[in-house]
Amino acid sequence: MSYLEVNDLRVHFPIKGGVFGRTVGHIKAVDGVSFSLEKGKTYGLVGESGSGKTTTGRAIIGLNNITSGKVMFDGVDITNIKRAKSDARKNIQMIFQDPYSSLNPKKRVFDIVAEPLRNFENLTRSEERKRVQELMELVGLSPESILKYPHEFSGGQRQRIGIARAIALKPKLIIADEPVSALDVSVQAQVLNFMKEIQKELDLTYLFISHDLGVIKHMCDQIGIMYKGRYVEEGTADDIFTNPQHIYTKRLVAAIPDIDPNKREEKRVFREEVKKEYEQSYNDYFDEEGLAYKLQPVSDTHLVALPEKG
Amino acid sequence: MSEKLLEIKNLKTSFRIKDDYHAAVDNLSLTVNKNEVLAIVGESGCGKSALAFSIMGLHTRAKIDGDILFKDKNIAKMSSSEFNKVRGKDIGMIFQDPLTSLNPLMEVGEQIGETLYLHNKNMSKTDRRERVLDLLNKVGIPRAEHVINQFPHELSGGMRQRVMIAMAIANKPELLIADEPTTALDVTIQSQILDLINKLKDDMDSGIILITHDLGVVAEMADRVAVMYAGEIVEIADVKTLFENPLHPYTRSLLNSVPNANSEQEKLHVIQGIVPSLQNLPREGCRFSTRIPWIDQAAHEEHPTLKEVAPGHHVRCTCYKHFSFPDESKEEQHVLS
Repeated sequence: MSYLEVNDLRVHFPIKGGVFGRTVGHIKAVDGVSFSLEKGKTYGLVGESGSGKTTTGRAIIGLNNITSGKVMFDGVDITNIKRAKSDARKNIQMIFQDPYSSLNPKKRVFDIVAEPLRNFENLTRSEERKRVQELMELVGLSPESILKYPHEFSGGQRQRIGIARAIALKPKLIIADEPVSALDVSVQAQVLNFMKEIQKELDLTYLFISHDLGVIKHMCDQIGIMYKGRYVEEGTADDIFTNPQHIYTKRLVAAIPDIDPNKREEKRVFREEVKKEYEQSYNDYFDEEGLAYKLQPVSDTHLVALPEKG
Repeated sequence: MSEKLLEIKNLKTSFRIKDDYHAAVDNLSLTVNKNEVLAIVGESGCGKSALAFSIMGLHTRAKIDGDILFKDKNIAKMSSSEFNKVRGKDIGMIFQDPLTSLNPLMEVGEQIGETLYLHNKNMSKTDRRERVLDLLNKVGIPRAEHVINQFPHELSGGMRQRVMIAMAIANKPELLIADEPTTALDVTIQSQILDLINKLKDDMDSGIILITHDLGVVAEMADRVAVMYAGEIVEIADVKTLFENPLHPYTRSLLNSVPNANSEQEKLHVIQGIVPSLQNLPREGCRFSTRIPWIDQAAHEEHPTLKEVAPGHHVRCTCYKHFSFPDESKEEQHVLS
């Protein structure tokens, strides 16, 4: 039994139109996604903007309504948990993309980090203060800075405050939605190193959502690639980066800029080839609506969305 | 020998904070040749965008000293009406964020057409429309006849960025400044946009200043690279030299902190401390010295200057000769504490 199991998850948003604002259709943001996470591991969800990766993450934590499908966490069905104080709400936390807009600018850091504690744990004022200071130390910020406001911190420090808030309740699963996309490389390195450290220390499981394949490869054990709300490929980091099978994955991997300027020409030629292959074989990999087929196993760990044979 | 297109001499762009002026670009000199991509790399706050805005003459309240020679004319000293004839015609700029830099109330075609109209008032309306369609096709926008009448909010991020590029190249500029042109985009679109910029360079023989913090993009695109830290260039070299033999501690630290899909590395390098804010910038000595405290102060020059260490390879300060990364375990302790 896996730690988190997502089974045939669908999230459809209604399109309102007409005179009375009737529902005239649906946008299938997530359209039949299944995957599972092992405890203590990092699972990467990759895709371009609009592929449904963020919606998937938000649906698991309950920020988007699930149309159909099932989410099991640690053996418990959490698909439609609405109760604010449920255990699942406590055990699953989220780190948001933009550290500039996900912290309330009018609140002090103390109140930001203490908010989850106030929701779930009855602590006295002094206990609360002590816990927040411990958390600040854990994320490498000075405990004295809890009375400052978010604007007094740099981007990397802000993201650490977001992390402190996320780990305040000692969660088991953290959904990190593009946690470093808004940061400079050197700050990004700081946050990624730190996330790896607390993972070991607190035995955390990560669902890591990103469009940056370099970061994904650095962080993740298992990777799922999404396109238009569906999975096109799933496998270990090795499967995806050295042996991509689906044409979409190939194109994605080929598009990563290489840090070696000597390989520039080689890369460009390779990219052209992949692009040609993509255009030629598009119909073999996607159905009439341009959506991916069902996943088929090609090895023990590697699943690819291919049309059924025959 | 390639032909010089832009020459910046001792440029100093200062902003007023409270009652003092603080230089965001500090005594910077560089040249851009024809048919060349010069990449400018650095973290946010190092002054790379301030530099771009200075070249374009877009700062309204900054104090600008020094000379910016564009084809031997000093554009830093031009009156605004004179500059208006150059800006958008001979020098084009692609801005960082396409959503905030396009006019939300103007149709896409009209915005691109405006640039054409301002520099060639004799062009007929139909000609202009033809030209706009041509540009939209050139930047790879599908269904151009439809998009020409759309508003920016109706387009996706990648499409908007292409519209920005179409505007920037409308008058076939000889110098194109691209300020983080692909930062907001997905990898597949990024590679398309970069190919497009490359093609434009070859077609029009233009010089391009590419401002970015993505070292992968630099490796793919640049001919020469200038690394900026705290308003100064700390290292400048051709792209191969910079990636194979980086010298300045800052360049080496940056290269070490990139998680790369094509290499294995458990722990990323972290540069200690933070980029100093404009008011607190150390103006004396080596500006990077506070971020590498384990290096002996005597290793730094008192007044660091850019020195040529090999043909075309300039490095600031002597500290690079004594620089090494602290050993891994020490680094780890620092991050944890």
